[in-house]
Amino acid sequence: MKQLGFLGLGEWLLYCKALESFLQQIAAHSILSRNKAVEIFLTSSDPPGRQRVRKNIFNRLSQAVEERRKEGHKDVDEFFQTERHQNLALTGCTRTAAEKFLDVVQSEQKIAVAYGHFSASLHLCVEPGEDPDKQAFSNACMKLSKVFDSMKKNMTSVADNNMNTLGLGLDLESRGQEAEKEMLFRRTCKLVELETARRNAEKAKPLKKAAMEEAKKAVETEFDHICGVAKQEVARFQAARVEMLQQALVQWCEKQLLTAKESADQFNQHLQAFRGMA
Amino acid sequence: MQPASLEQLEEEEDSFDIDVAVTNPEKVGDGMNAYVAFKVSTRSSLAMFRSKAFSVRRRYSDFLGLYEKLSLKQSLHGCIIPPPPEKSVVGIFRESCLTRRYSKILTSVTSWRERRAVSTQALSGAGFLKMINKASDAVNKMTVKMNESDTWFEDKFQEVENEEQQLRKLQAVVDSLVNHRKELCGSTAVFAKSMAMLGNSEDNTALSRALSQLAEVEEKMEQLHQEQAASDFFVFAELLADYIRLLGAMRGCFDQRVRAWQRWQEAQSTLQKKREAEAKLLWANKPDKLQQAKDDITEWEARVTRHERDFDRIGTTVRKEVVRFEKEKAKDFRSQLVKYLDAMLQSKQRLVKFWEAFLPEAKAIA
Repeated sequence: MKQLGFLGLGEWLLYCKALESFLQQIAAHSILSRNKAVEIFLTSSDPPGRQRVRKNIFNRLSQAVEERRKEGHKDVDEFFQTERHQNLALTGCTRTAAEKFLDVVQSEQKIAVAYGHFSASLHLCVEPGEDPDKQAFSNACMKLSKVFDSMKKNMTSVADNNMNTLGLGLDLESRGQEAEKEMLFRRTCKLVELETARRNAEKAKPLKKAAMEEAKKAVETEFDHICGVAKQEVARFQAARVEMLQQALVQWCEKQLLTAKESADQFNQHLQAFRGMA
Repeated sequence: MQPASLEQLEEEEDSFDIDVAVTNPEKVGDGMNAYVAFKVSTRSSLAMFRSKAFSVRRRYSDFLGLYEKLSLKQSLHGCIIPPPPEKSVVGIFRESCLTRRYSKILTSVTSWRERRAVSTQALSGAGFLKMINKASDAVNKMTVKMNESDTWFEDKFQEVENEEQQLRKLQAVVDSLVNHRKELCGSTAVFAKSMAMLGNSEDNTALSRALSQLAEVEEKMEQLHQEQAASDFFVFAELLADYIRLLGAMRGCFDQRVRAWQRWQEAQSTLQKKREAEAKLLWANKPDKLQQAKDDITEWEARVTRHERDFDRIGTTVRKEVVRFEKEKAKDFRSQLVKYLDAMLQSKQRLVKFWEAFLPEAKAIA
C-alpha cells in the first residue's frame, strides 16, 4: 500500500475522485445500478465480501488461455465486427499514449526537483561582507534563486495540470476501452457457444434432438439479449468517451494556457528586476 | 427490458437519482495488515433505499469485489462494466516521493552551510580537501608552515576554495537539469508519436483531428525543450565551468606565492648556513677557503633578495587578480542571466501561442 502517511494530501483527493467516478458510472447505469450487489455495496454496514487483489484486475475470461482463442472468432454482425476491430486498435494505442504521457509527467517532475536543488544551492553562494562586487554577486544569486523557485512552482503546475486533465482522461479512456473489450469478448464467447449449440442440434440423433433444440433456443435467446444490450452500450460508450475526451482536452488546454500566461508574466517581472540591477 | 433508443435510455437515466461521493481516506490498522478505508456517501430519492442519505466505509478490495460480481453476472452480459482504478495510482504518488526527497536534501544542504559558517580554522572541510588534492604541496606546508604575516591571503584562499566547492555543487545540479531536460525532449517526442497514432486510429472525425493537432503541439513543445536544454547548457553549465577553471587558476596563484615564500625561506636558511660556514673557517683559520665562503654568501644574499622581491611581486599580482575576478564575475554573471531569462521569456510566450491555437480545436470536438 502506497504512502499511508500522506492521507491528508492532494494525491489522495485524486484517488478518491477516481473511485467516485467508478461508482457514479455504475449508479448512472440503468441496468447495473439495479443489481443487488450495488445496493449491498452502498448500504451494508458489514463489509460486502472482499475480493483478493490480483496483479491485473483484467484477468477476466479474456485472459484465460483456453478462452483467448475465441477472441479472433469471426463475427456474424458487421456492426460488432467493426466495433471489435476498432476497439482492438484503440485499446493498444490508448494504453501506449497513457504510458508515454506518464513518462512525460515524470520527466517534468524531475525537472521541478532539479530547479528546487538549484534554487537551494544558490543560497550557498551568498557571501557576507560589504565589498560591492561581492554584494552584487550575492544579490544576483538571491534573485536567481527566487527565479528558479518560481520556475519550480511553474513546472510543478504544468505536471499537475497534465496529470489532472489529459493524464486522467487518457487513463479513463484506456480503462474504458478495456471494459468495452471485456463486454465484446463475452458476447463473442456467447456467439461461439451459440454456433456450437446449433451444430449440436443439427447433428443430434433423433433421441437427443429435442433436448438439443431446447438448448439451442435458450442460447439464441441469451445471445439476442446480449446483442440488444450491447448495441445500446456501444452507442452510449462512444458518446460518453468522446464527451469525456473533449472535456479532458479542453480542460488540459485551458489550464496549461493559464499556467503559461502566468509564468510568462512572472518571468517578465523577473527579467525587468534583473535589468534594473546595477 | 430493453429501451428502444438512446434517447429513451438517457431519459431513464435522468430518473435514476443516485449520487455517490468517496471521501475521507483513513488508515486502518498497523504494519503489514494496514489498509486505507474510504467513506462512501450516497444520496438518493429512490424507493429501493431505506433512507435519503447514508454512508458506509469501504476499502479498495471492496470496490474490486463489486466490479467482479457485476462482471460475472450472466444477466448483465452486454453491459460495459465500468473499470475501477488500479490499486496504486503510480503517477499520482510520484510527486510526494519526489517532494519528500527534495525536502530531505534541502535540509542536509542547510546544515552544511551552518557548519561552514561556524569554523574557518585550519582543519575545516576546505582545508582538509586541500591537503588531499595537493599531496606534495601539503607535505611541504606541513613541514614548513608558512608564517603568514598578512591574513588577507589566508582568508582569501579559504574563500576561493569554498567558492569552488559551491560552484561544483551548482555545476552538478545544472548537469542533472540538462539531462532531465533532454529526457523530457525524448519522452515528449515519443508521446507525440503515440498521440499521432491514436489520432489515426480514431473514428470520430473531430476527435481524430484534435488528437492529431495535439500531436503537433507536442512536437512543437519538444522543439522548445530542445532549445531550453541548449540554453541551460550553454549559459549555465559553461558559465560555471569557466568560473571553476578560473578559481582553479587562482588557487594555483596562491600556491605559487607559498612556493615563492618557501624558496625565500630556504634561501635565507642556506644563507645562514653559509655565514656559519664562513665563521667556522675564520675560527679554523683556513684562509684559502674563505674567499669561496665569502662568494657564496654574496651569491645567496642576492638570491634571498630576489626571492623576497618575487614573493612580494606575486603577492601584489594575486591581490590584483582576485579583485579583478570578483568584478568580472559579478558583471559576467548578471549579463549571462539576463540572456538566459530573455530566452526563457520568449520560450514561454511561444508556448502561450501554441495553447491559444489548440484551444479552438479542442472545443470543436462535437
